[in-house]
Amino acid sequence: MLSLQFPLLQIINTLSSKPKLLSPNLHNAHLSSRINPHETTSKLPLRATAQDVAVNRTVAGAGSSAEEAVLPDGLRRELMPKHVAVIMDGNRRWAKVRGLPVRAGYEAGLRSLRGLVELCCKWGIRVLTVFAFSCDNWSRPKVEIDFLMSLFEKGVEEDLESFVREEIRISVIGDFSKLPKTLQELISDAEETTKNNSQLQLIVAVSYSGKYDIVQACQSIALKVKNSLIEPKDIDESLIEQELETNCTEFPYPDLLIRTSGELRVSNFLLWQLSYTELFFLQSLWPDFGEAEFLEALCSFQQRQRRYGGHGL
Amino acid sequence: MEEDTVANAIQLFGNVSSFIRKFIFRILSVGPIPNHIAFIMDGNRRYAKKWNLDLRVGYKAGILALICMLKYCMELGLKYITIYAFSIDNFKRRPEEIQNVMDTMRDIIEGMLKEESSIVNQHGVRVYFIGNLRLLSEALRAAAEKAMNVTAKNDKAVLLVCLAYTSSNEITHAVQESCNDANRACHGGEKSEIKEEEEEEQYPIIKLVDVERQMYMAVAPDPDILIRSSGETRLSNFLLWQTTSCLLYFPKALWPELGLRHLVWAVLNFQRRHSYLEKKKKQS
Repeated sequence: MLSLQFPLLQIINTLSSKPKLLSPNLHNAHLSSRINPHETTSKLPLRATAQDVAVNRTVAGAGSSAEEAVLPDGLRRELMPKHVAVIMDGNRRWAKVRGLPVRAGYEAGLRSLRGLVELCCKWGIRVLTVFAFSCDNWSRPKVEIDFLMSLFEKGVEEDLESFVREEIRISVIGDFSKLPKTLQELISDAEETTKNNSQLQLIVAVSYSGKYDIVQACQSIALKVKNSLIEPKDIDESLIEQELETNCTEFPYPDLLIRTSGELRVSNFLLWQLSYTELFFLQSLWPDFGEAEFLEALCSFQQRQRRYGGHGL
Repeated sequence: MEEDTVANAIQLFGNVSSFIRKFIFRILSVGPIPNHIAFIMDGNRRYAKKWNLDLRVGYKAGILALICMLKYCMELGLKYITIYAFSIDNFKRRPEEIQNVMDTMRDIIEGMLKEESSIVNQHGVRVYFIGNLRLLSEALRAAAEKAMNVTAKNDKAVLLVCLAYTSSNEITHAVQESCNDANRACHGGEKSEIKEEEEEEQYPIIKLVDVERQMYMAVAPDPDILIRSSGETRLSNFLLWQTTSCLLYFPKALWPELGLRHLVWAVLNFQRRHSYLEKKKKQS
Protein backbone atom coordinates (compact mmCIF):
# COMPACT_ATOMS: atom_id res chain seq x y z
CA MET A 1 0.00 0.00 0.00
CA LEU A 2 1.26 3.50 -0.74
CA SER A 3 2.95 5.08 2.24
CA LEU A 4 3.64 8.43 0.69
CA GLN A 5 1.42 11.13 -0.59
CA PHE A 6 3.75 13.79 -1.91
CA PRO A 7 6.03 14.04 -4.97
CA LEU A 8 9.79 14.20 -5.12
CA LEU A 9 11.77 17.29 -6.11
CA GLN A 10 11.80 16.58 -9.84
CA ILE A 11 8.02 16.32 -10.01
CA ILE A 12 7.56 19.70 -8.30
CA ASN A 13 8.11 21.47 -11.63
CA THR A 14 4.87 20.08 -12.95
CA LEU A 15 2.95 21.72 -10.15
CA SER A 16 3.65 25.24 -11.28
CA SER A 17 1.82 24.77 -14.58
CA LYS A 18 -1.96 25.02 -14.98
CA PRO A 19 -3.98 22.01 -13.90
CA LYS A 20 -3.73 19.57 -16.75
CA LEU A 21 -4.94 16.12 -17.62
CA LEU A 22 -3.14 13.09 -16.41
CA SER A 23 -0.11 11.91 -18.35
CA PRO A 24 -0.31 8.31 -19.55
CA ASN A 25 0.63 5.83 -16.90
CA LEU A 26 2.22 2.49 -17.50
CA HIS A 27 -0.60 0.27 -18.59
CA ASN A 28 -0.74 -3.33 -17.53
CA ALA A 29 -2.62 -6.04 -19.29
CA HIS A 30 -5.03 -6.68 -16.47
CA LEU A 31 -7.17 -3.60 -16.79
CA SER A 32 -10.81 -4.59 -16.94
CA SER A 33 -13.59 -3.49 -19.28
CA ARG A 34 -13.84 -0.22 -21.14
CA ILE A 35 -14.88 2.77 -19.16
CA ASN A 36 -16.47 5.26 -21.50
CA PRO A 37 -19.57 3.64 -23.02
CA HIS A 38 -19.46 6.12 -25.89
CA GLU A 39 -15.90 5.27 -26.84
CA THR A 40 -15.89 3.34 -30.11
CA THR A 41 -12.19 2.56 -30.55
CA SER A 42 -10.76 -0.53 -28.93
CA LYS A 43 -8.01 1.39 -27.11
CA LEU A 44 -8.70 2.86 -23.73
CA PRO A 45 -8.32 6.65 -23.75
CA LEU A 46 -5.34 7.43 -21.59
CA ARG A 47 -5.40 11.12 -22.26
CA ALA A 48 -8.68 12.77 -23.18
CA THR A 49 -8.41 15.67 -25.56
CA ALA A 50 -10.63 18.71 -25.78
CA GLN A 51 -12.67 17.05 -28.54
CA ASP A 52 -13.28 13.89 -26.52
CA VAL A 53 -14.40 15.44 -23.30
CA ALA A 54 -18.02 16.54 -23.32
CA VAL A 55 -18.33 19.60 -21.24
CA ASN A 56 -21.02 19.27 -18.62
CA ARG A 57 -21.35 22.67 -17.10
CA THR A 58 -23.89 23.69 -14.54
CA VAL A 59 -24.18 26.71 -12.34
CA ALA A 60 -22.68 26.00 -8.93
CA GLY A 61 -25.32 25.70 -6.22
CA ALA A 62 -25.26 27.34 -2.82
CA GLY A 63 -22.52 26.03 -0.57
CA SER A 64 -20.44 24.37 -3.33
CA SER A 65 -17.31 25.64 -5.03
CA ALA A 66 -17.69 28.61 -7.32
CA GLU A 67 -15.75 26.75 -10.07
CA GLU A 68 -17.79 24.81 -12.61
CA ALA A 69 -16.84 21.12 -12.54
CA VAL A 70 -16.22 19.63 -15.97
CA LEU A 71 -17.25 15.99 -16.14
CA PRO A 72 -16.32 13.53 -18.88
CA ASP A 73 -18.94 11.90 -21.03
CA GLY A 74 -20.77 9.10 -19.26
CA LEU A 75 -20.81 10.60 -15.78
CA ARG A 76 -23.89 12.23 -14.33
CA ARG A 77 -23.35 15.21 -12.10
CA GLU A 78 -26.17 14.42 -9.69
CA LEU A 79 -24.74 10.94 -9.05
CA MET A 80 -21.16 11.99 -8.32
CA PRO A 81 -19.90 10.80 -4.94
CA LYS A 82 -19.08 13.50 -2.41
CA HIS A 83 -16.44 11.48 -0.61
CA VAL A 84 -14.15 8.94 -2.25
CA ALA A 85 -11.80 6.74 -0.25
CA VAL A 86 -8.87 4.85 -1.73
CA ILE A 87 -6.66 2.00 -0.53
CA MET A 88 -3.53 2.55 -2.60
CA ASP A 89 -2.31 -1.02 -2.76
CA GLY A 90 0.30 -2.62 -5.01
CA ASN A 91 3.32 -0.30 -5.14
CA ARG A 92 5.82 -2.87 -4.00
CA ARG A 93 4.41 -5.51 -6.31
CA TRP A 94 4.58 -3.03 -9.20
CA ALA A 95 8.28 -2.45 -8.51
CA LYS A 96 8.99 -6.16 -8.06
CA VAL A 97 7.34 -7.08 -11.37
CA ARG A 98 9.62 -4.58 -13.11
CA GLY A 99 12.76 -5.57 -11.24
CA LEU A 100 12.95 -2.14 -9.65
CA PRO A 101 13.70 -1.26 -6.00
CA VAL A 102 10.71 -0.76 -3.72
CA ARG A 103 11.22 3.00 -3.55
CA ALA A 104 10.58 3.22 -7.29
CA GLY A 105 7.17 1.70 -6.63
CA TYR A 106 6.37 4.33 -4.03
CA GLU A 107 7.48 7.13 -6.36
CA ALA A 108 5.28 5.78 -9.12
CA GLY A 109 2.45 5.51 -6.63
CA LEU A 110 2.95 9.18 -5.84
CA ARG A 111 2.35 10.12 -9.43
CA SER A 112 -0.92 8.21 -9.37
CA LEU A 113 -2.00 9.96 -6.20
CA ARG A 114 -1.20 13.38 -7.60
CA GLY A 115 -3.19 12.52 -10.68
CA LEU A 116 -6.13 11.42 -8.58
CA VAL A 117 -6.05 14.61 -6.50
CA GLU A 118 -6.10 16.63 -9.73
CA LEU A 119 -9.07 14.65 -11.05
CA CYS A 120 -10.99 15.05 -7.81
CA CYS A 121 -10.46 18.82 -7.93
CA LYS A 122 -11.53 18.90 -11.56
CA TRP A 123 -14.62 16.72 -11.14
CA GLY A 124 -15.96 18.37 -8.02
CA ILE A 125 -15.36 15.65 -5.47
CA ARG A 126 -15.39 17.25 -2.04
CA VAL A 127 -13.40 14.80 0.07
CA LEU A 128 -10.70 12.29 -0.84
CA THR A 129 -9.40 9.98 1.85
CA VAL A 130 -6.32 7.90 1.13
CA PHE A 131 -4.86 5.06 3.15
CA ALA A 132 -1.21 5.99 3.17
CA PHE A 133 0.15 4.01 6.10
CA SER A 134 -1.63 1.49 8.27
CA CYS A 135 -0.92 0.64 11.92
CA ASP A 136 -0.03 -2.83 10.60
CA ASN A 137 2.63 -1.36 8.31
CA TRP A 138 4.88 -0.59 11.29
CA SER A 139 6.02 -4.20 11.09
CA ARG A 140 7.72 -3.56 7.74
CA PRO A 141 11.56 -3.39 7.55
CA LYS A 142 13.00 -0.38 9.40
CA VAL A 143 14.90 0.78 6.33
CA GLU A 144 11.67 1.01 4.38
CA ILE A 145 9.85 2.84 7.16
CA ASP A 146 12.68 5.36 7.61
CA PHE A 147 12.71 6.01 3.89
CA LEU A 148 8.96 6.57 3.89
CA MET A 149 9.03 8.94 6.85
CA SER A 150 11.73 11.04 5.24
CA LEU A 151 9.76 11.10 2.00
CA PHE A 152 6.67 12.18 3.90
CA GLU A 153 8.58 15.08 5.39
CA LYS A 154 10.08 16.15 2.11
CA GLY A 155 6.70 15.89 0.43
CA VAL A 156 4.82 17.96 3.01
CA GLU A 157 7.45 20.68 2.81
CA GLU A 158 7.49 20.85 -0.95
CA ASP A 159 3.81 20.39 -1.76
CA LEU A 160 2.32 22.83 0.70
CA GLU A 161 2.57 25.73 -1.72
CA SER A 162 0.58 23.94 -4.40
CA PHE A 163 -2.11 22.97 -1.89
CA VAL A 164 -2.49 26.62 -0.95
CA ARG A 165 -2.68 27.60 -4.59
CA GLU A 166 -5.14 24.83 -5.54
CA GLU A 167 -7.27 25.48 -2.44
CA ILE A 168 -6.80 21.98 -1.15
CA ARG A 169 -7.27 21.43 2.55
CA ILE A 170 -5.05 18.77 4.02
CA SER A 171 -6.01 16.75 7.10
CA VAL A 172 -4.08 13.86 8.55
CA ILE A 173 -5.69 11.18 10.69
CA GLY A 174 -4.07 8.41 12.67
CA ASP A 175 -1.94 7.67 15.68
CA PHE A 176 0.74 10.36 15.47
CA SER A 177 2.62 9.21 18.54
CA LYS A 178 4.79 6.86 16.48
CA LEU A 179 5.71 9.43 13.82
CA PRO A 180 8.99 11.40 14.02
CA LYS A 181 8.56 14.70 15.89
CA THR A 182 9.65 16.75 12.90
CA LEU A 183 6.96 15.14 10.74
CA GLN A 184 4.33 15.75 13.40
CA GLU A 185 5.20 19.46 13.43
CA LEU A 186 5.15 19.68 9.65
CA ILE A 187 1.73 18.05 9.55
CA SER A 188 0.33 20.46 12.15
CA ASP A 189 1.66 23.42 10.19
CA ALA A 190 0.24 22.14 6.93
CA GLU A 191 -3.16 21.52 8.50
CA GLU A 192 -3.19 24.99 10.01
CA THR A 193 -2.10 26.69 6.81
CA THR A 194 -4.69 24.98 4.64
CA LYS A 195 -7.59 24.80 7.08
CA ASN A 196 -9.71 27.37 5.26
CA ASN A 197 -9.34 25.86 1.80
CA SER A 198 -12.52 24.50 0.30
CA GLN A 199 -11.94 23.12 -3.20
CA LEU A 200 -11.07 19.64 -1.99
CA GLN A 201 -10.32 18.12 1.40
CA LEU A 202 -7.54 15.57 1.20
CA ILE A 203 -7.53 13.31 4.24
CA VAL A 204 -4.42 11.23 4.58
CA ALA A 205 -4.60 8.28 6.92
CA VAL A 206 -1.15 7.73 8.40
CA SER A 207 -0.48 5.19 11.16
CA TYR A 208 -4.24 4.64 11.11
CA SER A 209 -6.59 1.76 11.66
CA GLY A 210 -10.37 1.69 11.88
CA LYS A 211 -10.30 -0.15 15.19
CA TYR A 212 -7.82 2.31 16.65
CA ASP A 213 -10.14 5.15 15.60
CA ILE A 214 -13.08 3.62 17.46
CA VAL A 215 -11.00 2.86 20.56
CA GLN A 216 -9.69 6.43 20.75
CA ALA A 217 -13.28 7.69 20.35
CA CYS A 218 -14.28 5.38 23.19
CA GLN A 219 -11.42 6.73 25.32
CA SER A 220 -12.54 10.35 24.69
CA ILE A 221 -16.11 9.46 25.58
CA ALA A 222 -14.98 7.65 28.73
CA LEU A 223 -13.11 10.78 29.80
CA LYS A 224 -16.25 12.87 29.27
CA VAL A 225 -18.23 10.39 31.36
CA LYS A 226 -15.59 10.56 34.08
CA ASN A 227 -15.80 14.36 34.04
CA SER A 228 -19.60 14.10 34.28
CA LEU A 229 -20.09 15.85 30.95
CA ILE A 230 -22.28 12.99 29.71
CA GLU A 231 -24.00 9.94 31.17
CA PRO A 232 -23.19 6.45 29.84
CA LYS A 233 -26.81 6.08 28.77
CA ASP A 234 -26.41 9.14 26.50
CA ILE A 235 -23.80 7.37 24.40
CA ASP A 236 -25.28 6.88 20.96
CA GLU A 237 -24.16 6.52 17.35
CA SER A 238 -23.98 10.23 16.63
CA LEU A 239 -21.78 10.83 19.68
CA ILE A 240 -19.34 8.20 18.49
CA GLU A 241 -19.38 9.71 15.01
CA GLN A 242 -18.43 13.09 16.49
CA GLU A 243 -15.48 11.60 18.36
CA LEU A 244 -14.00 9.69 15.43
CA GLU A 245 -11.00 11.22 13.68
CA THR A 246 -13.10 11.85 10.58
CA ASN A 247 -14.89 14.60 12.51
CA CYS A 248 -12.51 16.93 10.64
CA THR A 249 -14.81 16.80 7.64
CA GLU A 250 -18.42 17.64 6.80
CA PHE A 251 -18.73 14.30 4.92
CA PRO A 252 -17.18 11.58 7.09
CA TYR A 253 -18.83 8.66 5.31
CA PRO A 254 -17.24 7.69 1.99
CA ASP A 255 -19.72 7.05 -0.82
CA LEU A 256 -17.18 4.99 -2.73
CA LEU A 257 -14.14 2.97 -1.66
CA ILE A 258 -11.63 1.93 -4.32
CA ARG A 259 -8.99 -0.70 -3.63
CA THR A 260 -6.36 -1.54 -6.21
CA SER A 261 -4.20 -4.65 -6.73
CA GLY A 262 -7.03 -7.15 -6.62
CA GLU A 263 -7.08 -7.71 -2.86
CA LEU A 264 -10.67 -8.27 -1.70
CA ARG A 265 -10.63 -6.92 1.85
CA VAL A 266 -10.87 -3.67 3.77
CA SER A 267 -7.69 -4.14 5.86
CA ASN A 268 -8.82 -2.14 8.88
CA PHE A 269 -9.45 1.09 6.99
CA LEU A 270 -12.31 3.39 8.06
CA LEU A 271 -14.28 0.73 9.85
CA TRP A 272 -17.31 2.64 11.18
CA GLN A 273 -17.41 4.99 8.23
CA LEU A 274 -17.70 2.23 5.61
CA SER A 275 -21.10 1.00 6.78
CA TYR A 276 -22.90 1.88 3.53
CA THR A 277 -19.98 2.64 1.26
CA GLU A 278 -20.01 1.13 -2.20
CA LEU A 279 -16.89 -0.97 -2.60
CA PHE A 280 -14.98 -1.21 -5.86
CA PHE A 281 -12.07 -3.56 -6.39
CA LEU A 282 -9.60 -3.22 -9.26
CA GLN A 283 -7.01 -5.67 -10.47
CA SER A 284 -4.62 -2.85 -11.47
CA LEU A 285 -1.75 -2.05 -9.16
CA TRP A 286 -1.82 1.43 -7.62
CA PRO A 287 0.94 2.97 -9.81
CA ASP A 288 -1.13 1.99 -12.85
CA PHE A 289 -4.25 3.72 -11.54
CA GLY A 290 -5.19 6.61 -13.75
CA GLU A 291 -8.10 8.51 -15.23
CA ALA A 292 -9.43 5.45 -17.03
CA GLU A 293 -9.59 3.38 -13.86
CA PHE A 294 -11.14 6.21 -11.87
CA LEU A 295 -13.79 6.66 -14.56
CA GLU A 296 -14.54 2.95 -14.43
CA ALA A 297 -15.01 3.11 -10.66
CA LEU A 298 -17.25 6.17 -10.90
CA CYS A 299 -19.38 4.69 -13.68
CA SER A 300 -19.85 1.54 -11.66
CA PHE A 301 -20.78 3.64 -8.63
CA GLN A 302 -23.34 5.62 -10.58
CA GLN A 303 -25.11 2.45 -11.70
CA ARG A 304 -25.66 1.18 -8.18
CA GLN A 305 -28.92 1.27 -6.30
CA ARG A 306 -28.27 2.42 -2.76
CA ARG A 307 -31.12 1.35 -0.51
CA TYR A 308 -29.62 1.68 3.02
CA GLY A 309 -31.68 -1.32 4.14
CA GLY A 310 -34.96 0.25 3.14
CA HIS A 311 -37.43 -0.05 0.25
CA GLY A 312 -36.78 -0.76 -3.40
CA LEU A 313 -35.96 -4.01 -5.17
CA MET B 1 -45.20 -47.63 -10.57
CA GLU B 2 -44.22 -44.51 -12.43
CA GLU B 3 -44.09 -42.59 -9.17
CA ASP B 4 -41.71 -45.21 -7.74
CA THR B 5 -39.45 -44.79 -10.76
CA VAL B 6 -39.42 -41.03 -10.36
CA ALA B 7 -38.75 -41.32 -6.62
CA ASN B 8 -35.91 -43.74 -7.28
CA ALA B 9 -34.45 -41.48 -9.92
CA ILE B 10 -34.54 -38.52 -7.55
CA GLN B 11 -32.90 -40.55 -4.81
CA LEU B 12 -30.19 -41.76 -7.18
CA PHE B 13 -29.54 -38.23 -8.36
CA GLY B 14 -29.38 -37.09 -4.74
CA ASN B 15 -26.89 -39.81 -3.86
CA VAL B 16 -24.70 -39.05 -6.86
CA SER B 17 -24.74 -35.31 -6.09
CA SER B 18 -23.86 -35.99 -2.51
CA PHE B 19 -21.00 -38.25 -3.56
CA ILE B 20 -19.60 -35.65 -5.98
CA ARG B 21 -19.93 -32.94 -3.36
CA LYS B 22 -18.07 -34.96 -0.73
CA PHE B 23 -15.37 -35.71 -3.29
CA ILE B 24 -14.97 -32.00 -4.05
CA PHE B 25 -14.79 -31.22 -0.32
CA ARG B 26 -12.17 -33.94 0.15
CA ILE B 27 -10.00 -32.22 -2.46
CA LEU B 28 -10.58 -28.77 -0.91
CA SER B 29 -9.60 -30.16 2.49
CA VAL B 30 -6.04 -30.65 1.24
CA GLY B 31 -5.66 -26.90 1.74
CA PRO B 32 -6.69 -24.75 4.71
CA ILE B 33 -10.42 -24.69 5.40
CA PRO B 34 -12.01 -21.53 6.77
CA ASN B 35 -13.27 -21.67 10.33
CA HIS B 36 -16.05 -19.11 9.98
CA ILE B 37 -18.08 -17.84 7.01
CA ALA B 38 -20.60 -15.00 7.21
CA PHE B 39 -23.44 -14.59 4.73
CA ILE B 40 -25.48 -11.56 3.70
CA MET B 41 -28.53 -13.23 2.21
CA ASP B 42 -29.44 -10.54 -0.28
CA GLY B 43 -31.81 -10.89 -3.21
CA ASN B 44 -34.88 -12.78 -1.98
CA ARG B 45 -37.25 -10.02 -3.00
CA ARG B 46 -35.60 -9.63 -6.40
CA TYR B 47 -35.82 -13.39 -6.86
CA ALA B 48 -39.57 -13.33 -6.16
CA LYS B 49 -40.01 -10.44 -8.61
CA LYS B 50 -37.90 -12.21 -11.27
CA TRP B 51 -40.06 -15.33 -11.15
CA ASN B 52 -43.36 -13.53 -10.55
CA LEU B 53 -43.76 -15.08 -7.14
CA ASP B 54 -45.29 -13.81 -3.97
CA LEU B 55 -42.78 -12.20 -1.60
CA ARG B 56 -43.34 -14.93 0.99
CA VAL B 57 -42.39 -17.55 -1.56
CA GLY B 58 -39.21 -15.61 -2.24
CA TYR B 59 -38.31 -15.76 1.46
CA LYS B 60 -39.14 -19.48 1.58
CA ALA B 61 -36.82 -20.06 -1.37
CA GLY B 62 -34.23 -18.14 0.62
CA ILE B 63 -34.71 -20.44 3.61
CA LEU B 64 -34.21 -23.52 1.43
CA ALA B 65 -31.03 -22.04 0.02
CA LEU B 66 -29.88 -21.30 3.55
CA ILE B 67 -30.49 -24.86 4.73
CA CYS B 68 -28.51 -26.21 1.75
CA MET B 69 -25.67 -23.77 2.35
CA LEU B 70 -25.52 -24.62 6.07
CA LYS B 71 -25.39 -28.30 5.20
CA TYR B 72 -22.53 -27.74 2.73
CA CYS B 73 -20.62 -25.61 5.25
CA MET B 74 -20.89 -28.27 7.93
CA GLU B 75 -19.89 -31.05 5.54
CA LEU B 76 -16.86 -28.98 4.60
CA GLY B 77 -15.90 -28.74 8.26
CA LEU B 78 -16.75 -25.15 9.15
CA LYS B 79 -17.30 -24.49 12.81
CA TYR B 80 -19.01 -21.08 12.69
CA ILE B 81 -21.60 -19.71 10.30
CA THR B 82 -23.12 -16.25 10.65
CA ILE B 83 -26.13 -15.00 8.72
CA TYR B 84 -27.57 -11.51 8.40
CA ALA B 85 -31.25 -12.21 8.89
CA PHE B 86 -32.63 -8.76 9.68
CA SER B 87 -30.97 -5.39 9.98
CA ILE B 88 -32.17 -2.56 12.22
CA ASP B 89 -32.36 -0.54 9.00
CA ASN B 90 -34.88 -3.04 7.61
CA PHE B 91 -37.44 -1.66 10.05
CA LYS B 92 -37.78 1.13 7.45
CA ARG B 93 -39.48 -1.31 5.07
CA ARG B 94 -43.21 -1.66 4.56
CA PRO B 95 -45.01 -3.16 7.59
CA GLU B 96 -46.31 -6.18 5.65
CA GLU B 97 -42.79 -6.97 4.49
CA ILE B 98 -41.42 -6.72 8.01
CA GLN B 99 -44.23 -8.97 9.18
CA ASN B 100 -43.32 -11.53 6.49
CA VAL B 101 -39.76 -11.71 7.72
CA MET B 102 -40.79 -11.87 11.37
CA ASP B 103 -43.27 -14.67 10.63
CA THR B 104 -40.57 -16.57 8.76
CA MET B 105 -38.16 -16.10 11.66
CA ARG B 106 -40.78 -17.27 14.11
CA ASP B 107 -41.38 -20.45 12.06
CA ILE B 108 -37.65 -21.17 11.95
CA ILE B 109 -37.21 -20.61 15.68
CA GLU B 110 -40.18 -22.80 16.50
CA GLY B 111 -38.58 -25.50 14.38
CA MET B 112 -35.41 -25.20 16.48
CA LEU B 113 -37.43 -25.61 19.68
CA LYS B 114 -38.59 -29.10 18.77
CA GLU B 115 -35.85 -30.71 20.81
CA GLU B 116 -35.38 -34.09 19.20
CA SER B 117 -36.49 -33.53 15.64
CA SER B 118 -35.05 -30.11 14.83
CA ILE B 119 -32.30 -29.96 12.23
CA VAL B 120 -30.01 -27.95 14.49
CA ASN B 121 -30.24 -30.48 17.30
CA GLN B 122 -29.77 -33.42 14.96
CA HIS B 123 -26.54 -31.88 13.65
CA GLY B 124 -25.32 -30.59 17.00
CA VAL B 125 -25.55 -26.91 16.06
CA ARG B 126 -25.58 -24.31 18.81
CA VAL B 127 -27.57 -21.20 17.91
CA TYR B 128 -26.96 -17.61 18.98
CA PHE B 129 -29.21 -14.68 18.17
CA ILE B 130 -27.05 -11.62 17.81
CA GLY B 131 -28.38 -8.09 17.88
CA ASN B 132 -30.52 -5.67 19.81
CA LEU B 133 -33.23 -8.22 20.64
CA ARG B 134 -35.14 -5.60 22.65
CA LEU B 135 -36.30 -4.18 19.30
CA LEU B 136 -38.18 -7.40 18.53
CA SER B 137 -41.65 -8.30 19.71
CA GLU B 138 -41.84 -9.84 23.18
CA ALA B 139 -42.93 -13.21 21.78
CA LEU B 140 -40.13 -13.41 19.21
CA ARG B 141 -37.48 -12.39 21.72
CA ALA B 142 -38.69 -14.99 24.21
CA ALA B 143 -38.66 -17.65 21.48
CA ALA B 144 -35.13 -16.65 20.45
CA GLU B 145 -33.86 -16.87 24.02
CA LYS B 146 -35.52 -20.21 24.49
CA ALA B 147 -33.90 -21.51 21.28
CA MET B 148 -30.50 -20.38 22.55
CA ASN B 149 -31.08 -22.30 25.78
CA VAL B 150 -32.36 -25.42 24.06
CA THR B 151 -29.32 -25.62 21.78
CA ALA B 152 -26.76 -24.55 24.37
CA LYS B 153 -25.34 -28.06 24.82
CA ASN B 154 -24.69 -28.62 21.09
CA ASP B 155 -21.04 -28.49 20.18
CA LYS B 156 -20.49 -29.62 16.60
CA ALA B 157 -20.99 -26.19 15.02
CA VAL B 158 -22.28 -22.71 15.85
CA LEU B 159 -24.88 -20.75 13.92
CA LEU B 160 -25.05 -17.03 14.64
CA VAL B 161 -28.24 -15.37 13.44
CA CYS B 162 -27.98 -11.58 13.30
CA LEU B 163 -31.43 -10.27 14.07
CA ALA B 164 -32.21 -6.58 14.68
CA TYR B 165 -28.51 -6.03 14.18
CA THR B 166 -26.24 -3.37 12.81
CA SER B 167 -22.54 -2.95 13.45
CA SER B 168 -23.05 0.65 14.54
CA ASN B 169 -25.50 -0.52 17.17
CA GLU B 170 -23.14 -3.29 18.29
CA ILE B 171 -20.16 -0.96 18.52
CA THR B 172 -22.18 1.71 20.33
CA HIS B 173 -23.27 -0.89 22.86
CA ALA B 174 -19.67 -2.05 23.29
CA VAL B 175 -18.47 1.53 23.80
CA GLN B 176 -21.21 2.12 26.34
CA GLU B 177 -20.33 -1.02 28.30
CA SER B 178 -16.61 -0.22 28.16
CA CYS B 179 -17.27 3.26 29.54
CA ASN B 180 -19.47 1.77 32.27
CA ASP B 181 -16.71 -0.66 33.24
CA ALA B 182 -14.08 2.07 33.20
CA ASN B 183 -16.32 4.31 35.28
CA ARG B 184 -16.93 1.56 37.84
CA ALA B 185 -13.22 0.73 38.03
CA CYS B 186 -12.40 4.39 38.54
CA HIS B 187 -14.92 5.00 41.31
CA GLY B 188 -14.63 1.56 42.85
CA GLY B 189 -10.94 2.07 43.79
CA GLU B 190 -9.92 3.34 47.21
CA LYS B 191 -10.03 7.07 47.65
CA SER B 192 -6.55 8.27 48.43
CA GLU B 193 -4.78 11.59 48.26
CA ILE B 194 -3.98 11.77 44.61
CA LYS B 195 -2.94 14.99 42.91
CA GLU B 196 -5.12 16.19 40.06
CA GLU B 197 -2.68 15.45 37.26
CA GLU B 198 -1.97 12.00 38.66
CA GLU B 199 -5.69 11.32 38.91
CA GLU B 200 -5.99 11.91 35.18
CA GLU B 201 -3.25 9.34 34.52
CA GLN B 202 -4.73 6.87 36.96
CA TYR B 203 -7.99 6.82 34.99
CA PRO B 204 -8.32 3.36 33.38
CA ILE B 205 -7.22 3.48 29.79
CA ILE B 206 -9.61 1.73 27.44
CA LYS B 207 -7.82 -0.73 25.21
CA LEU B 208 -8.92 -2.50 22.08
CA VAL B 209 -9.52 -5.76 23.97
CA ASP B 210 -11.84 -3.95 26.38
CA VAL B 211 -14.08 -2.83 23.54
CA GLU B 212 -13.82 -6.15 21.71
CA ARG B 213 -14.89 -8.10 24.77
CA GLN B 214 -18.21 -6.24 24.83
CA MET B 215 -19.16 -7.01 21.23
CA TYR B 216 -22.24 -9.20 20.71
CA MET B 217 -20.12 -11.26 18.31
CA ALA B 218 -17.43 -11.93 20.93
CA VAL B 219 -18.85 -15.48 21.21
CA ALA B 220 -17.20 -16.39 17.89
CA PRO B 221 -13.85 -15.76 16.16
CA ASP B 222 -13.77 -13.28 13.28
CA PRO B 223 -15.09 -14.57 9.95
CA ASP B 224 -12.59 -15.74 7.37
CA ILE B 225 -14.91 -15.08 4.44
CA LEU B 226 -17.88 -12.75 3.99
CA ILE B 227 -20.20 -13.68 1.14
CA ARG B 228 -22.87 -11.27 -0.05
CA SER B 229 -25.18 -12.52 -2.77
CA SER B 230 -26.96 -10.54 -5.51
CA GLY B 231 -23.89 -8.66 -6.67
CA GLU B 232 -24.17 -5.63 -4.38
CA THR B 233 -20.67 -4.72 -3.22
CA ARG B 234 -21.19 -3.12 0.14
CA LEU B 235 -21.23 -4.23 3.77
CA SER B 236 -24.53 -2.61 4.78
CA ASN B 237 -23.47 -2.18 8.40
CA PHE B 238 -22.73 -5.87 8.92
CA LEU B 239 -19.79 -7.11 11.02
CA LEU B 240 -17.71 -4.02 10.29
CA TRP B 241 -15.52 -4.65 13.35
CA GLN B 242 -15.08 -8.34 12.65
CA THR B 243 -14.33 -8.21 8.89
CA THR B 244 -11.30 -5.92 8.90
CA SER B 245 -9.07 -8.55 7.31
CA CYS B 246 -11.74 -10.90 6.04
CA LEU B 247 -11.94 -12.01 2.41
CA LEU B 248 -14.93 -10.36 0.73
CA TYR B 249 -16.81 -12.18 -2.02
CA PHE B 250 -19.73 -10.71 -3.95
CA PRO B 251 -21.25 -13.26 -6.35
CA LYS B 252 -23.91 -11.88 -8.68
CA ALA B 253 -26.35 -14.73 -8.00
CA LEU B 254 -29.41 -13.82 -5.92
CA TRP B 255 -29.52 -15.56 -2.53
CA PRO B 256 -31.97 -18.37 -3.49
CA GLU B 257 -29.71 -19.06 -6.53
CA LEU B 258 -26.52 -19.36 -4.49
CA GLY B 259 -25.08 -22.85 -4.64
CA LEU B 260 -22.17 -25.16 -4.10
CA ARG B 261 -20.04 -23.64 -6.85
CA HIS B 262 -20.06 -20.25 -5.10
CA LEU B 263 -18.98 -21.77 -1.82
CA VAL B 264 -16.19 -23.72 -3.55
CA TRP B 265 -15.01 -20.60 -5.37
CA ALA B 266 -14.96 -18.60 -2.12
CA VAL B 267 -12.95 -21.30 -0.34
CA LEU B 268 -10.46 -21.54 -3.22
CA ASN B 269 -9.91 -17.77 -3.08
CA PHE B 270 -9.47 -18.02 0.68
CA GLN B 271 -6.85 -20.74 0.27
CA ARG B 272 -4.94 -18.68 -2.29
CA ARG B 273 -4.53 -15.78 0.13
CA HIS B 274 -4.27 -17.76 3.34
CA SER B 275 -0.50 -18.18 3.59
CA TYR B 276 0.10 -14.46 2.87
CA LEU B 277 -2.44 -13.41 5.52
CA GLU B 278 -1.02 -15.81 8.10
CA LYS B 279 2.43 -14.33 7.51
CA LYS B 280 1.04 -10.81 8.02
CA LYS B 281 -0.72 -11.83 11.25
CA LYS B 282 2.56 -13.21 12.63
CA GLN B 283 4.40 -10.00 11.73
CA SER B 284 1.91 -7.71 13.51
